[in-house]
Amino acid sequence: MFLINCPFCGEREQSEFKAGGEAHIVRPKQPTELSDDEWAEYLFMRKNIKGVQFERWNHVHGCRKWFNMVRDTSNDQIKAVYKMGEKPPVE
Amino acid sequence: MSNNLRFKTSKFIDETYRISFKFNNKTYFGFKGDTLASALLANGIHLVGRSFKYHRPRGIMTSGSEEPNAIIQLHDNSSRTEPNVRATEVEIYEGLVASSQNCWPSVNFDVGGINNLLSPILPAGFYYKTFMWPASFWEKYEYFIRKSAGLGKSPKVADPDIYEHNYIHCDVLVIGAGISGIMAAKMAAKNGFKTLLVDEKSYLGGSSIYDNSEFSKINNQLTSSWLEKEINEISKLENLEIKVRTSVAAFHGYNFLLARENLTDHLPINQRENKVRQRLLKIRAKKVITATGSIERPLIFDNNDRPGILLSSAIKKYIDLYGVACGENNILFTNNDTAYETAMSLIQRGIKINAIVDNREQIDSKISYEVEKNNIKIYKGYTVVDTYGYRRINKISIMKLSKDGQTVIGDKTKLNCDCLGLSGGWTPAVHLFTQSGGKLKFREEDQVFIPNVYPSDQISIGSCNGDFGLEEIIKNTLSSIKKFLDIDNSEYKTVETISGLNQSKRNIWLLPSDKSIGKTKSFVDYQNDATAKDIKLALREGFRSIEHVKRYTTTGMGTDQGKLGNMHALGIISETAGTKMGEHGTTTFRPPYTPLTFGTIVGRNVGEFFDIFRRTPIHDWHVANNAEFENVGQWKRAWYYPKDNENMHQAVQRESKAARDSAGILDASTLGKIDIQGTDASEFLNRVYTNAWSKLAVGKCRYGLMLNEDGMVYDDGVTTRLGENHYIMTTTTGGAANVLGKLEDYLQTEWPELDVYLSSVTDHYATISVCGPNSKKIVSKVIPDLDLSDEKFPHMSFKNAKIDNIKCRVMRISFTGELSYEINIQANFGKSVWEKCMEAGKDFNITPYGTETMHLLRAEKGFIIVGQDTDATLTPIDLQMDWIVSKKKYDFIGKRSLYRSDTIREDRKQLVGLLTENPEEVLEEGAQIVSDVKKTPIEMLGHVTSSYYSPNLKKSIALGVVKSGKNMLGQKLIIPMENKNINVTVADPVFLDKEGKKLNAKL
Ligand SMILES: [Zn+2]
Repeated sequence: MFLINCPFCGEREQSEFKAGGEAHIVRPKQPTELSDDEWAEYLFMRKNIKGVQFERWNHVHGCRKWFNMVRDTSNDQIKAVYKMGEKPPVE
Repeated sequence: MSNNLRFKTSKFIDETYRISFKFNNKTYFGFKGDTLASALLANGIHLVGRSFKYHRPRGIMTSGSEEPNAIIQLHDNSSRTEPNVRATEVEIYEGLVASSQNCWPSVNFDVGGINNLLSPILPAGFYYKTFMWPASFWEKYEYFIRKSAGLGKSPKVADPDIYEHNYIHCDVLVIGAGISGIMAAKMAAKNGFKTLLVDEKSYLGGSSIYDNSEFSKINNQLTSSWLEKEINEISKLENLEIKVRTSVAAFHGYNFLLARENLTDHLPINQRENKVRQRLLKIRAKKVITATGSIERPLIFDNNDRPGILLSSAIKKYIDLYGVACGENNILFTNNDTAYETAMSLIQRGIKINAIVDNREQIDSKISYEVEKNNIKIYKGYTVVDTYGYRRINKISIMKLSKDGQTVIGDKTKLNCDCLGLSGGWTPAVHLFTQSGGKLKFREEDQVFIPNVYPSDQISIGSCNGDFGLEEIIKNTLSSIKKFLDIDNSEYKTVETISGLNQSKRNIWLLPSDKSIGKTKSFVDYQNDATAKDIKLALREGFRSIEHVKRYTTTGMGTDQGKLGNMHALGIISETAGTKMGEHGTTTFRPPYTPLTFGTIVGRNVGEFFDIFRRTPIHDWHVANNAEFENVGQWKRAWYYPKDNENMHQAVQRESKAARDSAGILDASTLGKIDIQGTDASEFLNRVYTNAWSKLAVGKCRYGLMLNEDGMVYDDGVTTRLGENHYIMTTTTGGAANVLGKLEDYLQTEWPELDVYLSSVTDHYATISVCGPNSKKIVSKVIPDLDLSDEKFPHMSFKNAKIDNIKCRVMRISFTGELSYEINIQANFGKSVWEKCMEAGKDFNITPYGTETMHLLRAEKGFIIVGQDTDATLTPIDLQMDWIVSKKKYDFIGKRSLYRSDTIREDRKQLVGLLTENPEEVLEEGAQIVSDVKKTPIEMLGHVTSSYYSPNLKKSIALGVVKSGKNMLGQKLIIPMENKNINVTVADPVFLDKEGKKLNAKL
């Protein structure tokens, strides 16, 4: 079970958090102007990387804030956490 | 039974404390300090069970948690019964009752033993190959397999014992209290680390604590004496907590570990009352030191499984620790020097050794010369090729090994014995290390896997790290712990060791035989009866990956996870396939290391603490008024209120009729309530609901439908505009937490520019819904100051009011289609206001109704229940709710998905009403809907989602989803049931008051 360093609360048990899938997928500003394929790309397609992945997490049983995490899915090492809207740390 | 099997010299056995216990219905005696295994051996009993597949007689094989054979059931037929317990781990106590598990009718005469004779037709994958065909026979096979399979019996009644969970945080966790673990714990604690030392045994010191050999000394003292002083010293350290009888079950990422602390299992039954039996420790350690030792390997040869065959190290332990001889005519069979330590222990006690059979041609160590000096015959370069004796070994035959070790040569010699000790070298216990995600490497010299890459702040020391010699263990422990803890002072001055052992080994995974492999039974996995032949067969049949071979042959699939034989399985695979060790993978050891009881896993979360449940502020009234409850999410909701001897149907019919004829009252407090504030609140609602919100006037309510981004219906409910920038949203009972989460998600991540704040206020208010034609009269009695006239207070509007000076909110909204008012009041006044309503409604036969009646009433009106009539595959269009989808709004969650190629298909499943041909016939929810039962396969058009008998319409009504259902109005369809077909007609889903006269009625 991970120890996650919430950017707002500090280090907490993983059981306080909920994973929210891949990060940095921005909801299109004008969905109506997208083709079916373009919309499907936003809606369904996720990378599911083995290795370093950018993820969304929510401190659901804590401050309720969403934030981003860089995690290596092959060994579960958390490389970084950062707030929503912040630029991802460069690898 | 022979009395001279017990040597009255062990200081670990208290001979003044005699304990009686029962094994297979016979009474035996042992002493305090015995395990069940040592006490049985002292009574001359080796045969304790039958093997899983062939039902071969099996004896005690080991002395610890790696035991594959001596798996027993404790206290059969009692509430404290426990299956799959290792006799080698059970400390005996007065009143212990144990029985063999895998035998029927008895361990000495076993019906399943016939499988042994049938074994030529029980090859690897037998179950897959045979019992799969014909498929219809599976049920018959299963009966016999289960009857003869030895997996123990589960308890039939509730566990009377108490269990608990504890959290532990420490700087350093040391797992295993052998020499290296004790040294590491001392170094950590003395250097200021808050340290926890755990060991699965009841004593500290591991196998060194009974090592009294002249051939392994530390600082010129016996290893056991030196260690005792160390233990004495650390037991006084302030920074160190020591837990014995504590077995680490799981080592997860980020140094999170689970351990079972056993507190009462060694006590007489009458001393266990009101004590916690076991604790599950949830340990978060900054640093972990694994010192779990190593497990001796057996040797793989024909008939290597008879009772009386033990690991050589187990024989030594039974002598040195328990004072018990496993046999009177012993033979040791080895490929390395450790068997000679066992020989010395036997010699010192005057126990007869008939011979030592050693795979090695050259043996060059002080200890072996000493053994030879005692006139013990050593067969050098020999192997055992067969064993004899049914319930107990009585003979072995041996032959000379060829130079390359691949064949046997020369004549066969038979040797008598009643006990055979095996030593195939040692396997580091890397189970916990690999559980934590650690990567192993293979060390060619002595054919072992050792830790290589650590995934967290941890280290392995001692023999679990592949250090086997005493000098190596001590030297490496000192240096690696100093480095690991980053300390200067090791707390140890010079530590001098003497060892008479040499690390040479002649490793042969599968020993050759004079018979062809097909005629041998060389067991690799004792518990699951997997043989070397099975593994070779699997390879011939094309299996390569160890994970596949394992499942096909069931090697390592038992409760012991193949602690003894997995290495041999890997070895045989690599030799047969001609590949490198580890190339086909190493098997994965999964938690728990040894089985845990369910009691330990659940701890105090039993009975009413099993899951949280939430009660409304009016709950006590429902209980006092005979309500039956149903679970909705975590809530206990009143389901219906049976009167006199009413059954559910009768109660619901009465409640439903009363609500439409006069007045009903419902506790709706469980509905989710989210308070929404901020200057952008209206815009926010526009984006999350399908309909438009900007023009909703203050004081008005509106029903909203929320979609997922994929266009599927997610939740619904009424939202009220309390002020210019203030709304209160209601959600479904079960969806409340998820809706709040989803809204927060959008606010924080997609639309952070919006000025909106959300708070859950579900628990803050009690919600009382009074409905029916007389509801207005009742509410006016409860709140006389409130103007309930239709002009001032029309349908879908809200008013602030006061009941006895307590502020409340009243909404005129309806889920039943009747005129109804919802009173929201501070939770702690909920019950008194409910009682006020009941009092005021007395003259109008006000009838409390539960969720079942609520569901019936709304179905009459064709109102959906999200989650019952929908299942995340239905759009609002599918639900025939086009009216709620704004055409004008540029965007809302899910809008774009409503015209994807898939969502605009005409033949999607759509919500329709269903009326049965026979109005008395009520459909089953979930039943399939078809149009043609003759053409097979029958095409499934959909299913029934809601179904009731309506007392107000005096007929059966149902909702369902049907392919192209929208265009099928009036069409006949069929509901095929087990013994009949029910004819139905597709109807409008609104069955009652389609125009909404009742809602807007001027009364
Ligand atoms: Zn937080």
